[in-house]
Amino acid sequence: MKFERKDLLDIQSLSVDEINLILDTAKSFRQVLERPIKKVPTLRGKTIANLFFEPSTRTKLSFELSAKRLSADLLNFSSSTSSVLKGETLLDTAKNIMAMKVDALIVRHSLPGAPHLLATYLPISIINAGDGAHEHPTQGLLDLYSIREKKGKIEGLSVAIIGDITHSRVARSDIWGLTKLGAKVRVCGPPTLIPVEIEKMGVEVVYNVEEALAGCDVVIMLRIQQERQSASFIPTILEYREFFSLDERKLKFLKPDAIIMHPGPVNRGVELPAKLADGRRSIILNQVTNGIAVRMAVLYLLLT
Amino acid sequence: MKIMDKQEIEKVLFSLCKKILKENEDLDSLVTVGIQRRGAILARRISKIIQKLKGGKIPVGTLDITLYRDDLSRISYQPILRSTDIPFPIDDRCVLLVDDVLYTGRTVRAALDALLDIGRPRKIKLLVLIDRGHRELPIQADYVGRKVSTSPDQMVELRVAEIDGEEEVIILDGQKDEI
Repeated sequence: MKFERKDLLDIQSLSVDEINLILDTAKSFRQVLERPIKKVPTLRGKTIANLFFEPSTRTKLSFELSAKRLSADLLNFSSSTSSVLKGETLLDTAKNIMAMKVDALIVRHSLPGAPHLLATYLPISIINAGDGAHEHPTQGLLDLYSIREKKGKIEGLSVAIIGDITHSRVARSDIWGLTKLGAKVRVCGPPTLIPVEIEKMGVEVVYNVEEALAGCDVVIMLRIQQERQSASFIPTILEYREFFSLDERKLKFLKPDAIIMHPGPVNRGVELPAKLADGRRSIILNQVTNGIAVRMAVLYLLLT
Repeated sequence: MKIMDKQEIEKVLFSLCKKILKENEDLDSLVTVGIQRRGAILARRISKIIQKLKGGKIPVGTLDITLYRDDLSRISYQPILRSTDIPFPIDDRCVLLVDDVLYTGRTVRAALDALLDIGRPRKIKLLVLIDRGHRELPIQADYVGRKVSTSPDQMVELRVAEIDGEEEVIILDGQKDEI
């Protein structure tokens, strides 16, 4: 099967076959990461630019390393040190970078649809690295990959996503991916942080954490986005922790072999205590490693 | 046109193995690595035959060369990535690289680069079932099952039971697009 797309903008529009192709391809790259020489010559001569209009540690470094492992050249752009401050628009910025003969742009922007806009107007590949609260497709794919790696399959699993669903692009990408591949998804959080009509995405909404965790194979904890809490979605962080954090006692509601995931950055002691973040059920750092393999697969499929 | 049947393939592999045993002074360090997919199947068979002839174990690995191809931006289709699985160190070993058909030599070039990224073998030897000529790179095999003269617009194909359900080597006319 050939991956016919120019861009990777979301998981919503991907078919099950396309998702599986990306995950299977990532498996080959995962193995490259275990070698003494963690680099292959596949994208030699290609140039990729990171266009980040929002802060990032993992995603930006992960894309940078993925491109380098494939022997592509990489440019890093961050809006805070650029002519965006002089008023240059998103489209103009991207067009100017493209004029330097760049083959792909990896875009993170606070506005949902920003990567789609670029994909519409530019002939080069656009990869969405997170657009507002819309989607973060490579995070969704690496979550799927990590679950499949640990559980052997996605179909039939029960997955709970807990926390700030409203502001989470990761939640949206995870929900699209998991439901397409046949998992049952429950979302849980304070009512103010659960979007109206989220049930239409094929998930069950639960407001009680214990009920949400009951019998689950996987729990994905989301970061409480403290930078967005000025609008008083929750009374206090302490109260949030009381009701929605994971702890040893709540863990008992999960299946005995359940895994804990988190897209990072973790607020230790808020979403889950350090002990659980670093514990044997946690696959948080596996997610980070797998992220490189998945992004290598995406770059490979789009650029060859 | 069929040029080899099951018996002939078996016979040729067997005599190649005997030749390897005769010529290799350090069989203890020998490992085989087959190029995906049909080379990988041949490598497994060769290891088995050598093990039978001399006892001991000959480790077998598989190598996918897709990521090392020099024509990724030129071909119209996207090759399927298969797994590279070499579950033993190849440093200081004698690696017997196995493929079904040697043609332009570009696959072997890619395989050499891939192998050298995995380790530093003491020696790499190349075994092919069929050498059909038309080299584009200065690459030769150490062990050749059969030399066949072909024209560039023909295609030489090994079919194996594991993938194709039958065992034969055939020449097809008027097809291109193969490396």
